[in-house]
Amino acid sequence: MAVEQKMVTVYIMGEPQLVPEGSTIIMAWEYAGFQLKKGLGCREGFCGACATVYREKGDYKLKGGLACQTVVSEGMSLVQIPYVPAERPRYNLAELKPDINTFKELFPTIFRCVACNTCSKACPQDIKVMDYIQQLKRGDIAAAASTSFDCIRCGLCALRCPADIVQFNAATLAQRLYGKYLAKPSPELADRLQEIADGKYDAEIEELNNMGHDDLVKKYYSREMKIR
Amino acid sequence: MTKKIVLNEKTLAFQKKVEELSGENTAMCDQCGTCSGGCPFVEEMDITPAQLMRKVMLGQEDVLECDTLWICATCNTCTVRCPRKLDVSKIAEALRQIKLRDEINNLDINDLPKNVLKELPQIALIAALRKLSS
Amino acid sequence: MKIPYFPGCSLKTYASSFEKSAIASGAELGIEFVEIPRWNCCGVVSSLTSDDLMHHLAPVRNMIRVLEMQNDKIVDTDNKMLTLCSMCMNTLKRSNLKMQEHADELETINDFMYKEDQKYDGSVQVMHYLEILKEYGFAKIAEKVKVSLKGLKVAPYYGCMLIRPKEVGIDDAEEPTIFEDFLKALGAEPVDWRSKKTCCGSYLTVNKENIVVKLTGKILEDARRNGADLIITSCPLCAFNLDSRQELLQIRNPNFEPIPVLYFSQLLAIALGLDINKFGFENNKVDGMPLLKNKILNK
Repeated sequence: MAVEQKMVTVYIMGEPQLVPEGSTIIMAWEYAGFQLKKGLGCREGFCGACATVYREKGDYKLKGGLACQTVVSEGMSLVQIPYVPAERPRYNLAELKPDINTFKELFPTIFRCVACNTCSKACPQDIKVMDYIQQLKRGDIAAAASTSFDCIRCGLCALRCPADIVQFNAATLAQRLYGKYLAKPSPELADRLQEIADGKYDAEIEELNNMGHDDLVKKYYSREMKIR
Repeated sequence: MTKKIVLNEKTLAFQKKVEELSGENTAMCDQCGTCSGGCPFVEEMDITPAQLMRKVMLGQEDVLECDTLWICATCNTCTVRCPRKLDVSKIAEALRQIKLRDEINNLDINDLPKNVLKELPQIALIAALRKLSS
Repeated sequence: MKIPYFPGCSLKTYASSFEKSAIASGAELGIEFVEIPRWNCCGVVSSLTSDDLMHHLAPVRNMIRVLEMQNDKIVDTDNKMLTLCSMCMNTLKRSNLKMQEHADELETINDFMYKEDQKYDGSVQVMHYLEILKEYGFAKIAEKVKVSLKGLKVAPYYGCMLIRPKEVGIDDAEEPTIFEDFLKALGAEPVDWRSKKTCCGSYLTVNKENIVVKLTGKILEDARRNGADLIITSCPLCAFNLDSRQELLQIRNPNFEPIPVLYFSQLLAIALGLDINKFGFENNKVDGMPLLKNKILNK
């Protein structure tokens, strides 16, 4: 006996559309016949390309999310954000210092923050965005790099910010400065870089490259699995 | 020299707007000039704080074009000395806000040279951005 | 006493000697500064238009953090919140006052901050370090002085935000004495001078440097004329204008004689006999050490 698929009505840019219950927002768009060429990426919640703004029925709040991760509900209103044309200053990391002055120079807008927390409310990754902007304002780059770690650069924070701050690009700079200047050096990384320089696995890669499709599949499924 | 000032609905509306934003009753001003006398910036201003008050009382919208608004740093000296207990700082703030809410900024962060930005402590930048830009 | 401490943006960078000396001196007196977790910048200047609530969010959010600290029992002071920077104190106090006086506005703000678990109720009392010291007792501090500042002539610079407007000032707006009482407790000689309440030009230093340099020139000259060896302040922005801007004054007037500008807590730390290497003089542009060594430390 066939299971009956329950349907819900969602409003895509104002137009009512019947879509299967349990769909993600991306699935709803596609079910309704739209082909998304921009504002869509990995479909796995990692890349941050499918930033979306939606409103649930009966709620006044505009919420932010990833279209590939958010499940539709009856009466939901949808729109896709293809791209956030946010300011992205050019810099050469090697010429920068990991201090407050770098942010004064490249992201002076962070000093306009009013602590309204709208960015944190909009973040689909549940990052305390406002908190890392505050950490940057006081020059604590290591803390900001850590707080913003899960950022996937979807741009919703910048889109909703009343002070026109480009939070996600400031976070990227904080993480880069942290990685280059502040993080504890990892001996494993140096070892691995040396292995690459020495061409330790070059022969094996070459072998894989030259393998035919069928052999590759066979090798893949017969590989040793290490489970810790 | 005499200057003819016409009071009409427009001037009244402007005065009312400033009063709403500042929460101050400008008609209380006696024009005693204490605010101007104590103002540490008065030498730099194009009109004195007392003149600014008079313009507001008369609903003269050209008060919005004076430099005084952007030279006042809200030090509150006038506020604590006003014998009529008027918060003159709040009136200056209301006038600045009328301009800023029309997106007419006195300071554009893009105009500040990078070396100046680097030199300034955060406290100066944050305060200036709050007071001089929208 | 464990008190919630609100640092403010510049205390972690430009004015780190202010913070370090204040924390060190507090520890010596049994006042433990417990930094507020997740504190956010107060906004430096208070929002003065009646309809603008947005800019009060930042101060109120910090006060919510103070209530949370009390709930978690990591502090033991009833509702108190300690600030060092005069501008932070002023902004926090003015917002707090607005929340205490306007229940409807407090409700709007609480409603906007629905993501906060704790609602604000207006119960926090914002206090400047000087007020805490006064409460502790200047006489008691005098008893703890190990290195008397006798012979040191100090010009106390109140500036604006510490004493104006009246409803948030920590002392009389026209005749304040708290700095003088503090200095006397340390054995120093407070200089009486006219410019102690004159604005340094504040944030105009960003885009109207000339006005600030002219103004600070007059203030510094007044301090010198009245025989001051150095100036003390409690505001990182005053310190920037009075101290760092002396470089420009020197360029404009070769006869200008630099005068050290210190945070009051630095003098307190010296008087309590604390190791100078521990609380730092790294932020002071005009070096005060030769003077202090000559007059106090090497005596």
